[in-house]
Amino acid sequence: MTFWKRIFPNTSAPQARERLQILLSHERQVLGGGDLLARLREDILAVVAKHVPCDQDNVKVRLERGTPMSILEIEVEVRGDFDQALVRAA
Amino acid sequence: MAKIITVTSGKGGVGKTTTTAAIGAALARTGDKVVVVDFDVGLRNLDLIMGAERRVVYDFVNVIQGDARLPQALIKDKRLDSLFLLPASQTRDKDALTEEGVDRVIGMLAQHFDWVICDSPAGIERGATLAMRHAEIAIVVTNPEVSSVRDSDRIVGILDSKTLRAERGETVDKRLLLTRYDHARAARGDMLKTEDVLEILSLPLLGIIPESNDVLRASNMGVPVSIHDPNSVPARAYQDAALRLKGENIAMELPRQRGGLFSKFLRRAA
Repeated sequence: MTFWKRIFPNTSAPQARERLQILLSHERQVLGGGDLLARLREDILAVVAKHVPCDQDNVKVRLERGTPMSILEIEVEVRGDFDQALVRAA
Repeated sequence: MAKIITVTSGKGGVGKTTTTAAIGAALARTGDKVVVVDFDVGLRNLDLIMGAERRVVYDFVNVIQGDARLPQALIKDKRLDSLFLLPASQTRDKDALTEEGVDRVIGMLAQHFDWVICDSPAGIERGATLAMRHAEIAIVVTNPEVSSVRDSDRIVGILDSKTLRAERGETVDKRLLLTRYDHARAARGDMLKTEDVLEILSLPLLGIIPESNDVLRASNMGVPVSIHDPNSVPARAYQDAALRLKGENIAMELPRQRGGLFSKFLRRAA
């Protein structure tokens, strides 16, 4: 048995390495995505605010990860008289 | 104009303060003017590692709030004429450091020193982001251990997004410093190897500091490990890292204990 162990030692470093590689590739996506969402939020707000009055705090961007599909959800809260502004424009 | 370095890691207890003191002293030993700055407000320790804890009168926050002038707060090292310390404050007010205040003080230091080395607190809160704000070079201190490697990866992401350089579309020069490395354990397969950590984090290597009693001994004495016993293994490893920061091309010598494969078999047989 000791001889066997000497040839095939039961080491832990390869496990550490593998766990880290899997974890970090996942975390980099999610945290990198955090930045992407912030940029999306800013750009969307800029476009919407050009046409209708809306507040900085009233834009929500959410990304729900799934397989095979992820959902990007964008919610923009505008003032109550928004649709009237649309009617007038028409 | 000074080079501004931030020593950071995310995780606590991996050797940021030890590294700040050791690299600072090693650079000062070459004749450069160096200031080490403690950003760990509320939990300052760089003064203790540098052996200057009884000489602190004014601190970083006093300077920011205008209660002291910068030269009054700077502590000159007892051993090296060109090494200075700006201690952190022990106040419990986390917001004592302000962006404007830090900008002003770092700006002044950069005019008078060759190197400004910022010792970051652990974590990713305000103190840590303020410490890395002006960094041109970041030393990412990492232990060959899963939680430290993960936190280092996180810090790299923050260095790429929250620093002044990142905001200007430039990059911070990030270097990995592997500390508490035990060559024998890595060779046995019970510790992540240098190559493993390099591959996972994909950062250039600044140096490998071996696990050593000399580090604790130096901190007990309040002397930066790089000058406490300048011929010890960790001291030489830190001196080499400092020379690499100065652009010198120093071979990455593995700080191994003596004993090759043959003697290992002998030891096992015994």
